[in-house]
Amino acid sequence: MRRLLYALPILLLVLFGWLAWRGLAPDRNPSALPSALIGQPVPPLDLPPLEANGAKLASADLAGHVTVINFFASWCLPCKAEHPLLFALGKDYGVPVYGIAFKDRPGDTAKYIQEMGSPYAKIGLDESGRTGLDFGLMGVPETFILDKNGIVRYRLPMPLDPDRIRNEIGPLLKSLQQ
Amino acid sequence: MMTVLRWVAVLALVIGAQLAQADVTDPTRDHPLPDPAMEAQARAFMRDIRCVVCQSQSIDESDAEIAAQLRNAIREQMAAGKSSDEIRDFLVARYGDFVLLKPPFKASTLLLWAGPFILVAIGLGFILLQRRQKSAGAAGNAGLTPPELSESERNRVQRLLRGEDTP
Repeated sequence: MRRLLYALPILLLVLFGWLAWRGLAPDRNPSALPSALIGQPVPPLDLPPLEANGAKLASADLAGHVTVINFFASWCLPCKAEHPLLFALGKDYGVPVYGIAFKDRPGDTAKYIQEMGSPYAKIGLDESGRTGLDFGLMGVPETFILDKNGIVRYRLPMPLDPDRIRNEIGPLLKSLQQ
Repeated sequence: MMTVLRWVAVLALVIGAQLAQADVTDPTRDHPLPDPAMEAQARAFMRDIRCVVCQSQSIDESDAEIAAQLRNAIREQMAAGKSSDEIRDFLVARYGDFVLLKPPFKASTLLLWAGPFILVAIGLGFILLQRRQKSAGAAGNAGLTPPELSESERNRVQRLLRGEDTP
């Protein structure tokens, strides 16, 4: 018993050493936050369309298949950077990518889409940012992956990049689609 | 010359103020509640909500757009008569416990809250144990205290002190 007690400082040292080692790991992002939405059903969607005669982006659009939701805005530069990757994502993995224009004037969104092309199966306008709030959005761009039952499985609170699509998002989409 | 400059400054201020008020529906700008008491209550509530993009600031002190949006959402709900607990639940459901500057006391945060006390208790226990061992050692270890003198030895000490004997 007493010998165990003398081992205690060493045990504590090892514990703190392990914590420090983990804390300094190069692939750890200390400002990354857990998303409250992972494993939860997607918040209800009911957003006006971009085109005057288009259909609303509603919860029914998400039912029955794996989907990607991408929040973007015309005023957001990183969104422009990831835009080409969204085309590839939809095509390579056969998933509908739904776009939500976050706190953007509809006219600006329309111009942005006209210039850049639309990788989106449908676009909903979230001018007030209310839907973004329901998603726990921290900024744009943000990308969410939903499974067939509309449960949020993945969230990326930063721009997409090819490596991440290849190593993280692609395999996840494939496993969810099975 | 001076007066002209002064007028230009005044004009700039007036135009600046106009521009600042231009877009009243802008969700990224603050729309304080008309009732000052309720606004004060809302501000007090905001001081306990963390800004998710500037992590060590509360949304009350942050200039980030998302903070302004959260502030307006809080004001909106307060004006609609929601209680602080309801609004807190609303925020936690979307942003997680992390959005609270003071984490709640529950099973997953038990170590966080009780950890320092546990460490102090371990330390105190260690010190107490050490002390007990030391005093127990002092009583039991006869080798370190000089042995009692016998009757004749004590008499000899007395004589030595009085100078009647030589060592």
